[in-house]
Amino acid sequence: MDTVVFKQNHVQPLEKITYERPSSLSDVHTHYCPGCTHGTAHRIVAEVLDELGIREDTILVSSVGCSVFSYNYFDVDACEAAHGRAPAMATGVKRVNPDKIVFTYQGDGDLASIGTAEIIHAAARGEKITVIFVNNAIYGMTGGQMAPTSLIGQKTTSSPFGRDAQLAGLPIHMAELLAQLPGTVYSVRRSLHDARHVLQAKKAIRTAFEAQIDGLGFSVVELLSSCPTNWGMTPNEALCWVEDQMVPFYPLGDYKVDERLQNRKGAKK
Amino acid sequence: MSKQLLKGNVAFAEAAIRAGCEAYFGYPITPQTELLEHMSRRMIELNRVFLQAESEVAAINMVYGAAASGVRVMTSSSSPGISLMQEGFSYIAGSEVPAVIIDVMRGGPGLGNIQPSQSDYNQVTKTAGHGDFHPIVLAPANVQEAIDLTVLAFDLADKYLTLVFVVADGAIGQMMEPAELPPMRDLPFERPSWALTGAFNRKRNLVNSLYMGVEGLEALNLKLQAKLAQIQRDEVRYETQFVEDAEVVLVAFGTAARVAQTAVQRLRRQGLKVGLFRPITLWPFPEAALAEVADKSKALLVVEMNAGQMLHDVRQVAGIHKPVKFLGRIGGRIPLPEEVEHETEALLAQLAVAV
Repeated sequence: MDTVVFKQNHVQPLEKITYERPSSLSDVHTHYCPGCTHGTAHRIVAEVLDELGIREDTILVSSVGCSVFSYNYFDVDACEAAHGRAPAMATGVKRVNPDKIVFTYQGDGDLASIGTAEIIHAAARGEKITVIFVNNAIYGMTGGQMAPTSLIGQKTTSSPFGRDAQLAGLPIHMAELLAQLPGTVYSVRRSLHDARHVLQAKKAIRTAFEAQIDGLGFSVVELLSSCPTNWGMTPNEALCWVEDQMVPFYPLGDYKVDERLQNRKGAKK
Repeated sequence: MSKQLLKGNVAFAEAAIRAGCEAYFGYPITPQTELLEHMSRRMIELNRVFLQAESEVAAINMVYGAAASGVRVMTSSSSPGISLMQEGFSYIAGSEVPAVIIDVMRGGPGLGNIQPSQSDYNQVTKTAGHGDFHPIVLAPANVQEAIDLTVLAFDLADKYLTLVFVVADGAIGQMMEPAELPPMRDLPFERPSWALTGAFNRKRNLVNSLYMGVEGLEALNLKLQAKLAQIQRDEVRYETQFVEDAEVVLVAFGTAARVAQTAVQRLRRQGLKVGLFRPITLWPFPEAALAEVADKSKALLVVEMNAGQMLHDVRQVAGIHKPVKFLGRIGGRIPLPEEVEHETEALLAQLAVAV
């Protein structure tokens, strides 16, 4: 079913190679499960690094969770932070490399649970870093436990009766939350559930990096993502679940776009 | 350069700056806050990096990021803050990047109090984080030594790509003494080859403590152990006073060693054969040197501002047959020279009866 989803956007003449590996991606196999959208997220981030010509100036701060190995897949200088601390580590990297591009790649357990202090204060300081926030509403690496972003009623290995708001509270909307902080110049939510939304996500990632290149402040792109393995679904069912269950609860949209980004040369009105 | 009257915490900070510290990340906590305050002014004046973090947890992870980028970086804290930083210590050790930590210790456990203490001996020498590693731990006993050991800490951190602690109790942090600062060093022109600076015209660099395979992690640990063994061989530092003919040798570090030194000097004036052994490196602990001194003496008296933490290391060196007594004050109390003299005299009397 994946092929059906992507087919329409990628019909090209056969004699021309149109789908090469971005130079910002390493030529290796990934450990991600079949149907997982991390691969898609990696690819569009790498395409943006290529298109902006910043691969050799970019430093990745990888996080803990399924994306812990993202440093194996991005062909950039990289380090691996402790769980939730990527924004703090990125702050250290950026402050002593102010002319470099520094980004974190974090999941929802990492960013929205154990790392809330670090992400909030990095945003509050207007830290000139870019955060790629992959929200798949579950702890993937540890085998499918409830995340701060798990939906009400969602069954996980640590909420076997479904997430109960009385017991576990309500899910956190990070893109909206981070948009409240004055240091944030760009905070948006996109989804990776079909090709159209992937292209929109890529455009947002580009803007987020441009915000950093311009030295404006903190930028974050939340990407609604699928986890077929831990959701117990086929890849296509999982993409449908993103669209049908996650998107209504986590509305896609721009929660903060600094006017300097809106007025940026070439920006779409 | 000439001597000036300097507060311990300020001396730590200014010594770090002169040793080439390019970045400082910290969080306020008594009794080390003047260190952070000095950095907040001087680092900005010098166009270097200063940042007050949201927590000690964040501060040490910022240190980790800057260390991974190949600059001389430091943080400072006091006991409860050091507990919070342990996560970062372990990652820094596993990643083999250099960093300097100043710990101006206070009384514990828990929130304890803000009085001088040597409560972190075990924490910094033995349990600085999960996994098999030890930081190098330097223990100054006065403000001049606080300066000299801070400069040394940066050099050792770079030499061994490791964590180096300088630990002082709150008394050393808070007191003022005449001391001489070193000249300002030039900052290095280039970053080390392994540093995160962007993969321009080279293969990308990776700073990491994750090794999923058994072989990889075992290899890393063997490498770390070899490095620790080299440090144990080459970096032991200590001071002795009157130990050659001493029947009783006092063993103490930091402020407790100054109190012990006063007691030793007074007792020597009375003709009593007592000496002082002062570890300057708490890790590596000066085992061989202390063993030699212990062999020649009849008994040891360990003096600490805790309930007996270094005591275990001394006992291990002295063996079960050598009497090792302990005098400790806790809760932030500093033992008085009279207490130490009294305890030493009692021990000498016991030894005389035993003969």
